[in-house]
Amino acid sequence: MKGLAIRNQRAFAAGVLFLAFAVFFFVTALNYPAGTAARMGPGYFPRLLAIVLAVIGLVVTLGAMTSTAERQVLRRWDFKGLAWITGSVVLFGALLFPLGLVGALFVLIMVSSRASHEFTWSGALANAAVLIALCLAVFVYGLGLQLPVWPSLLN
Amino acid sequence: MDLFHNLAIGFATAVQPANLLYAFFGCLLGTLIGVLPGLGPLATIAMLLPITYALPPDAALIMLAGIYYGAQYGGSTTAIVVNLPGESSSVVTTIDGYQMAKQGRAGVALATAAIGSFFAGCVATLALAALAGPLTATALLFGPKEFFALMILGLILASVLSSGPFIEGIGMVVLGMLLSLVGTDLNSGSQRFAFGVPQLFDGLDFVPLAMGIFGFAEIVRNLEQDDKLSLVTQKITNLFPTRDDFRRMVPAMLRGTALGTLLGVLPGGGAVLSSFASYTLEKKLSRHPEQFGKGAIEGVAGPESANNAGAQTSFIPLLTLGVPSNVVMALMVGAMNIHNIHPGPEVMTKNPTLFWGLIASMWVGNLMLLILNLPLVGLWVKLLTIPYRYLFPAIMVFCSIGVYSINSGTFEVYEAAIFCVFGYVLIKLQLPAAPLLLGLVLGPAIEENFRRAMVLSRGDATVLLTSPLSAGLLAAAAIAILLIMLPTIRARREEALQE
Repeated sequence: MKGLAIRNQRAFAAGVLFLAFAVFFFVTALNYPAGTAARMGPGYFPRLLAIVLAVIGLVVTLGAMTSTAERQVLRRWDFKGLAWITGSVVLFGALLFPLGLVGALFVLIMVSSRASHEFTWSGALANAAVLIALCLAVFVYGLGLQLPVWPSLLN
Repeated sequence: MDLFHNLAIGFATAVQPANLLYAFFGCLLGTLIGVLPGLGPLATIAMLLPITYALPPDAALIMLAGIYYGAQYGGSTTAIVVNLPGESSSVVTTIDGYQMAKQGRAGVALATAAIGSFFAGCVATLALAALAGPLTATALLFGPKEFFALMILGLILASVLSSGPFIEGIGMVVLGMLLSLVGTDLNSGSQRFAFGVPQLFDGLDFVPLAMGIFGFAEIVRNLEQDDKLSLVTQKITNLFPTRDDFRRMVPAMLRGTALGTLLGVLPGGGAVLSSFASYTLEKKLSRHPEQFGKGAIEGVAGPESANNAGAQTSFIPLLTLGVPSNVVMALMVGAMNIHNIHPGPEVMTKNPTLFWGLIASMWVGNLMLLILNLPLVGLWVKLLTIPYRYLFPAIMVFCSIGVYSINSGTFEVYEAAIFCVFGYVLIKLQLPAAPLLLGLVLGPAIEENFRRAMVLSRGDATVLLTSPLSAGLLAAAAIAILLIMLPTIRARREEALQE
């Protein structure tokens, strides 16, 4: 027996995640008056919940280090795919007003398509053309959503 | 009879041309996304939520409900024909349904699934109508402490029934509740966890959260798996079950419907749990358990009836008690809030046409689905030939526009991007996201009722245990926790909930 070893990496990380959130919410909640149980202030319930979460986090973390814990390693992370997908959403948000819907959608579709292993330029361009036409028909002309369609410079 | 009078009101609403159209649209869309793997009712409803703002409330809810139960039909089609569950609730259908298809009985399996679903849908509609009155009457007797206890019970059951270790499910519920506290505290008017960001003063909107986690992060996960579909399509001939088939499927259908109706009402239940439970039951009861996995028709009839019944009766706790029993129902809360309707016992009295119209529309929708599905099977299967590399950018586009249109602002778009990263972390840590969303939706109501109960009892927390109703509800929650700690049940639960 070698004391405490992290046998279950997955559960350990999950427990640490819970603990981190618990600490964050508890410390932030210290800025809000707690009041008493009969007259609770805005800080009472958050502190209560944060303590519950901290206890759960501790149980999960320690459970991952017991000698009977199931052995589990963390799965491999695909940061590239995550970056393409998340990045395309951020770009859509940033470009919607300067470029308008057509431009922002084009960027969104082209960038997110890169996340696939089967990416081809011709396939992505064709897909973009179809999807942009569909969106204009459904959202702008069909449902009448208030969206800037073309770049703001043209208006 | 009150029930028939109410159903008459409902049908009068449901058959209005506009509502029929939206029910049809919902069912069509539901079938479509049910067929397409990697796109579930959850992401779809989240996507369409902002758009329903422009619709009248009954049309909006009728359409969204249609998507949910329509997806159960669509999911079974692909499960049978290409061994690919379009929805998690049709995972078990692949076992025997695909075997039937391999034996050239795809048509019979599809017909069985459709008939079972339709029958279950009809029964569940009646159950919903019959139970709504009494449950609403009970809910009206509830005070703050009873509502608090009820919601705790719901959340505990939801974590018990979610996959993965129970304690992690509870952790996700609590985290969701903490996230729900972001924004203005209604009692004191002060800001909590908003850090001076004005867009957060109204709280974290759950649509960007749901889209980030169930839309975007799910895409990253699907792209990682990167397995190719091999389509073994064959001509679907002979839809009609033989007399022997009928003899075997009818009892299974009846049992599946009963089980699904019951499990759907349970908080945390719904379509997925019902279908798994039904398959296990059929296998246990069958005189030929060895046929299961080799094309037993009961293995299709039971679960397919159960998942449809469960999908529909999961509306019961939402509409009568205001407690969503699963994540899709949590999104329905959002849809109702958009239209300023607060789910709970008041819906039935304040919006009778909406309430009964929604229930009646489910029956109408089931009829539409029966017609939509059987003759059009070939078309649905063709949809599967769309490669995922064209499909996922479309999901990205609809999600992004949907998120933007919540407030016509880009703040929500960035929020969804953040929750995409968060959702990916959850996937990698195998933490269930559904309890998080339930906690997020129920959090404010739990705090509110807790605070009110404590004001009324002058800060004495024991009042939760001395009032019989709330004590009973909390005792049920405690029993659920104790049961899950028992090793035998734990093992069986892991068996039942693994996908």
